[in-house]
Amino acid sequence: MIYREAGDFKLSYGADSQTFPIKGDRWAYWLALAFAVGVVPLFLTDYLANAILIPFLIYVIAALGLNLLLGYCGQLSLGTGGFMAVGAYAAFKLMTGFPDLSIVFVIILAGVITAGVGVLFGLPSLRIKGFYLAVATLAAQFFLVWLFTRTPWFFNYSATGMITAPTRTILGVPITGPNASALSMYLFCLFFVVVLAWLARNLTRGSLGRSWMAIRDMDIAAEIIGVNPLKAKLTAFAISSFYVGIAGALLFTVLLGAAEASEAFGIDKSFLVLFMVIIGGLGSILGAFIGAAFLIIGPVLLKILLVNNLGWPTDLAAHLEVMVIGALILVFLIAEPHGLTALWRMLKEKLRLWPFPY
Amino acid sequence: MKMTRLTAAMALTMTAAAPAIAETLHFPMLSYRTGPFAPGGIPFADGYADYLRLINERDGGIGGVPIRITECETAYNTERGVECYQSIRGDNPLVIQPLSTGITYQLIPRTMVDGIPMHTMGYGRTSAVNGEVFNWTFNYPGTYWDGASVIINYLLEENDGSLDGKKVVLLYHNSAYGREPIPTLTRLGERYGFEFLPIGVDSPGQEQGSQWLQIRRERPDYVIMWGWGVMNATAIREAANIRFPMENFIGVWWSGSEQDVIPVGAGADGYKALAMHGTGRDYPVYDDIQTYVVDRGLAAGTGEEIGTVLYSRGMYAAMLAVEAAKVAQEIHGVAQITPAMMRDGMANLVITEELMESLGLPGFGPAFEVSCDNHGGSGEAMIQQWDANAREWNLITDWIAPDREMIMEMVMEDSLAWAAENDITPGCLDRSGG
Repeated sequence: MIYREAGDFKLSYGADSQTFPIKGDRWAYWLALAFAVGVVPLFLTDYLANAILIPFLIYVIAALGLNLLLGYCGQLSLGTGGFMAVGAYAAFKLMTGFPDLSIVFVIILAGVITAGVGVLFGLPSLRIKGFYLAVATLAAQFFLVWLFTRTPWFFNYSATGMITAPTRTILGVPITGPNASALSMYLFCLFFVVVLAWLARNLTRGSLGRSWMAIRDMDIAAEIIGVNPLKAKLTAFAISSFYVGIAGALLFTVLLGAAEASEAFGIDKSFLVLFMVIIGGLGSILGAFIGAAFLIIGPVLLKILLVNNLGWPTDLAAHLEVMVIGALILVFLIAEPHGLTALWRMLKEKLRLWPFPY
Repeated sequence: MKMTRLTAAMALTMTAAAPAIAETLHFPMLSYRTGPFAPGGIPFADGYADYLRLINERDGGIGGVPIRITECETAYNTERGVECYQSIRGDNPLVIQPLSTGITYQLIPRTMVDGIPMHTMGYGRTSAVNGEVFNWTFNYPGTYWDGASVIINYLLEENDGSLDGKKVVLLYHNSAYGREPIPTLTRLGERYGFEFLPIGVDSPGQEQGSQWLQIRRERPDYVIMWGWGVMNATAIREAANIRFPMENFIGVWWSGSEQDVIPVGAGADGYKALAMHGTGRDYPVYDDIQTYVVDRGLAAGTGEEIGTVLYSRGMYAAMLAVEAAKVAQEIHGVAQITPAMMRDGMANLVITEELMESLGLPGFGPAFEVSCDNHGGSGEAMIQQWDANAREWNLITDWIAPDREMIMEMVMEDSLAWAAENDITPGCLDRSGG
């Protein structure tokens, strides 16, 4: 009864191959979008935006990026934190070097620069796979952070090595800097999430995404049927890094306002995003959303519940948070190795037949 | 399932945003009791909380208004720090003490916009000394640049006024915190003719083999350390291993607590560090804390760390905050002060030796005055030396003054550059209404 598929006929090839073939899903998608754009701003508080929604949106972009690489193309990367740092420092250099450049282009160019760096570090993927590739990308992580902390040019020779985002506006409304309102920052990030998620969804349905998946499933077979592994792997690295770079640039300019590479973009960031992808579900756009929600909103809600509502000591709550999140990760992965999105897929299959299963 | 989770989330965030109870003075704590720097964060937080509880128990609050303490765990992580700040900023926090230079840098512009005073005692951005630019940020009684200058002044004294041809290494935590003294030491090196060599250690600092190899090769006369957490003990152990003379190894005030030297044992004997305040249990205020807080079972910790370096520092930070609140109440003639009034209190704070004595802390900290063009106090500090046999810190000098003229020159350069970057016209703030 939830999904009423009776009478939902497709009359053209286009309609048959659309993103959401089920009418109920289409509705849900448009409703969610309308809710995020139209309803959330009505009750958006500074805390809700800065502590929950904006980090969530930014990490969705990072998780989407890694999911394209790991989930669709099967290339394991531990360099996400480093690539986010590239995005952040590129955004900083662009903002300070070209003060008149619109912040939208700053973010996109930061993504493009990160894509270039990603291709560079993706080159070893042509020779090595699996865990060996993970180690090579781990080197990227450490090298990039080392580069940004040791080369004064990247932080404009500031005495402390911190980079600070100046105020930038769109149509007079501040987006970055301390004067930016929660609403403008939220909508700015939401815009990028919607565009990038739409792009990711369509990329993975197109020929490029199919070539990635062919490489992921069996690279030798893919090569035999005519998929160029050089092109497939390097485009996956480029587009994935583009996403991750945008996430890093947004994290620095919109959310943090000030950052330093070793602290804000350390190896823990790489693992955080990797866990999001694994928990959410490899090879799924929805998975990036679920994974980011689980690892960003979960701890904050747990903290609010334990500290603010139950009045527990903060250190106990912080320790418990690590344990609870860790235990939940284990439970979910044992119960559903393919991530939370697989649970949702199963639920959907059941709902399509409900209440008349065969 | 999805809906219930969403509604639960909404309900939770609603309660988090609930308004404050009236007629209390809200002193938030951004502490870190977890993470790699917890050994340093715990005693500081305990000292801060215990002193505020003492004021509540003994004096019934400040000017008759009880203090409300809230705590938020940052784990020394800037993202969590910002989350903490967002969760308290609507709740009339009188003063923010982030206890992390990284978080400080993030909060300086935000507190300016929100009108919430921030006190970064002995850490944070040094150029916040210029109160005309950084109206809402205070860093009395001393800054990192003061600390660097005090160390060099001490070394000058040791060497009969000349450091010509000496070699000084700075072993620093590779973060905003550790890099802070580099410009000062570079400039002092040019002035006094010593060779200055900064060597960075990546956080958290357990790996220092290559750095000490370099130090061994360079054979410096002195090593200065800007370390925090596990980096301190590791560095002192490495120094002991290469038999570096401990009396030529001087740490900043964050590298001079019991946690840093006790793990090294006898090898740490003679290690020196800056002291921005006295340590030990001999101050009368600790008897009050014992009676009113610990004996009543209200202590934040076990009560055993009372009098240790970092506990004392947390207590000192709370004491300065309480005194500033008293000044604010006096200026405005109301007991229930707002953050803006608190700022006025901090900007007009005067600490005299008599005041310190009446608080039960004779000779504990320097006497200083805060004004609009000097948010940094006097910058004086002492040198303390570790006695590994008695397991205690001994003060070996009196208060040493920094080279304030040179530091103010650098402060003006840095703060005015920041003001230009951020379109701020320097100027003193008028007192808030009321």
